[in-house]
Amino acid sequence: MMNLFDFAKKAHKLLPGHRSCAGCPAPIVARAILSATDDEVVVSNATGCLEVVTTIYPQSSWNIPFIHNTFENAAATISGVETAYRSLKKSGRINQNRKIRFVAFGGDGGTYDIGLQSLSAALERGHTFTYVCYDNEGYMNTGGQRSSATPIGANTTTDPVGEVRVGKQESRKDLMKIVAAHHIPYAAQASLSNWPDLLKKAQKALSTEGPSFLLVLSPCVAVWKIKPDMAVELSRLAVDTCFWPLYEIEDGKFRLNFDPAGNKLPIAEFLKHQGRYKHLLEPKNKKLLDRLQAEVDHEFEKIKKLSEIGISVF
Amino acid sequence: MQKKALTGAGASAEAMRQINPDVVAAYPITPQTPIMETFAKFVNDGKVSTELIRVESEHSAMSAVIGASSAGARAMTATSSVGLALMFEVVNAASGMRLPITMPVVNRALSSPINIHCDHSDTMACRDAGWIQLYSENAQEAYDNMFLAQKLSEHPEILLPTMIMQDGFITSHSVEPVEVLDDETAKSFIGSYNPEHSLLLSKKPVTFGALQLFDYFFETKRQQELAMDNVWRFYYSIADELTQLTGRQYPLAEPYHTEDAEVILVALNSAASTIKAVVNKLRKQGKKAGLLKIRLFRPFPYSEVSQHLQKVKSVGVFDRSYSFGANSPLLSEIISSLFGLEQAPKVQGYIFGLGGRDLLEADIEKAFEELFQGKTSFEKKYLGLRG
Amino acid sequence: MKKNWMEIPKGGLIIDSNTSLENKTGDWRSMKPEFIPEKCIHCMKCVFYCPESCIPTTAGDHPKRLETNFEYCKGCGICANVCPKNAIVMKEEEKD
Repeated sequence: MMNLFDFAKKAHKLLPGHRSCAGCPAPIVARAILSATDDEVVVSNATGCLEVVTTIYPQSSWNIPFIHNTFENAAATISGVETAYRSLKKSGRINQNRKIRFVAFGGDGGTYDIGLQSLSAALERGHTFTYVCYDNEGYMNTGGQRSSATPIGANTTTDPVGEVRVGKQESRKDLMKIVAAHHIPYAAQASLSNWPDLLKKAQKALSTEGPSFLLVLSPCVAVWKIKPDMAVELSRLAVDTCFWPLYEIEDGKFRLNFDPAGNKLPIAEFLKHQGRYKHLLEPKNKKLLDRLQAEVDHEFEKIKKLSEIGISVF
Repeated sequence: MQKKALTGAGASAEAMRQINPDVVAAYPITPQTPIMETFAKFVNDGKVSTELIRVESEHSAMSAVIGASSAGARAMTATSSVGLALMFEVVNAASGMRLPITMPVVNRALSSPINIHCDHSDTMACRDAGWIQLYSENAQEAYDNMFLAQKLSEHPEILLPTMIMQDGFITSHSVEPVEVLDDETAKSFIGSYNPEHSLLLSKKPVTFGALQLFDYFFETKRQQELAMDNVWRFYYSIADELTQLTGRQYPLAEPYHTEDAEVILVALNSAASTIKAVVNKLRKQGKKAGLLKIRLFRPFPYSEVSQHLQKVKSVGVFDRSYSFGANSPLLSEIISSLFGLEQAPKVQGYIFGLGGRDLLEADIEKAFEELFQGKTSFEKKYLGLRG
Repeated sequence: MKKNWMEIPKGGLIIDSNTSLENKTGDWRSMKPEFIPEKCIHCMKCVFYCPESCIPTTAGDHPKRLETNFEYCKGCGICANVCPKNAIVMKEEEKD
């Protein structure tokens, strides 16, 4: 099991000097996950915050081979690289014992929405690669528009808090189940706050034969309107309120990794730090707050039940 | 050399087999599909060492071969019509990243209305995407152009992707005799692909697709223009090399009875064959008719075209595509070629064959008749249109 | 001086790595982490969670946390937030 000393000793693949907002967790997510393998790594990255802040020409923060293609094809692009790797190994142009892992990074916009088809096909084709979605619950690189990953009631610029409609009314798209329905060997939801769980899942994903998927919450300082030191603490509150359950779906079998049980906090504990949710704590929006709380509890119960079944449900 | 009976699609697949690319992305779309079906059989029979990715869309086909090519592999795909239109975003990424991807495109009308037959609206819509564009009159040219495309694309001073066109159904699905190189000759002609920078073969890590704002984007685009210009610089050295193997010539624009012609028609792809038949007929009647067939459409050979056309009385330009509210694509290039000549010939634009409408010899004869009488205008004329 | 169009690599490639190190993000700071070595237990949490990975450590099996590299530190305060021993305190940056 990898620990933080192992992490500290590693030469990192994502270097300082990138332009992410102060306190943005996306680079922490990327660096933590990439540290979980000593194999060579090639990264593809959908258009989005992580890509933009790390490759503003002529400076690149990537100390490893990297390709950004377009917004919706990180998975298709990396599947082409992975296929080239197999082909060039077969023809002897790449040394047989050269072990390379292929990792695609995308935000929730690039993964849940515009890139879903490209992801689905790459999973179905069974390429050996890991797709990492850093989920900041909206289109943040364009200033905070609504995506299918935006939670109920959140204030975004394309579904703002208004007189007749108070933020997003639709529930979050359940991407984990969609991904698991492709019968891939490994998918996991993780949080920065629980680093042992995150690193364990990253190691598992990066040693999986076939497709693997990691979904990691990435609180956005600018659009969630939180203090720049809060990203990790908010990731913990997301877990402790059951808003962001920690679980794995391995060969279709659910495994809940953490249940706050008696210490479970009300959702307001997670929301109160966030400017995008300021309105939801007002009495007049109690119905919407209760709806969000009910949905969080309902989703958590589902995962708990699915984890108790003990057999593959996909 | 060996003669085979092949459709145009079969000829492209045969060339792909001999090129034996490292990675091919396959996605069906009429009328291109037989290329990928034939090639997929080569893959599953072990006749090629290619790794075939059966993608879920044309957008992903181009995305995957961009990934493979940037990784250092020789990568190809093929498409038509709305498939090319769906790819348009990544078609521009491929040329922007200077990746030598080669792609047969079997010409088919763009929607709407949906139509599965031949016209050139699809590749004309991509004419400014920074790809080299080679048009093929028949299956033989579809075969030969694949090898020209591979060498042009991978030339270190060019490094641009290439589209190799053939007419949907008319060429792709008609069997013709095709002289093919033997495998060894083909293999040695294209050589191996050794990119200077790549994701998997470079010593130091490389970043592809970085964000360039107002400080560097302009410079990178200017480089693409130089790469296109270099196609003219190196085209004939590559073409002559192929001529030594096949005995066939590969001019940028192929003249047919143009030396003493009074009237010349200009056309692309299979229309050229029909026009040649009419030229032969008119020549027998003592009429000085000629044809100029454009093979390389991007970069457009303006000076060569102007030399062929400058002495004639009138020129008829046959466009199998349209630019609504503007001169058709081929017509506008021909007018540009002739611009500035002391006595430029009269020019008439004709639109024909949209959505697979047949081009009849009678239509061509009518056009020649009008042009011999010097009847030209800026009005668009249509051949084979009812009403 | 920015290179002209003949001098930059083809296709917008970035071919020499480590180039982002040239971009010293340290001048973004308005707050500054003050490290109190006596309280530090070298648990590496701040090292793990620093978004800029600009908290160096000593080599060896049990790395020790060293002073933050202020050339890159943006002053976000995450290190102070995650530190279990309050060995890092955020202070207003005095602009000299």
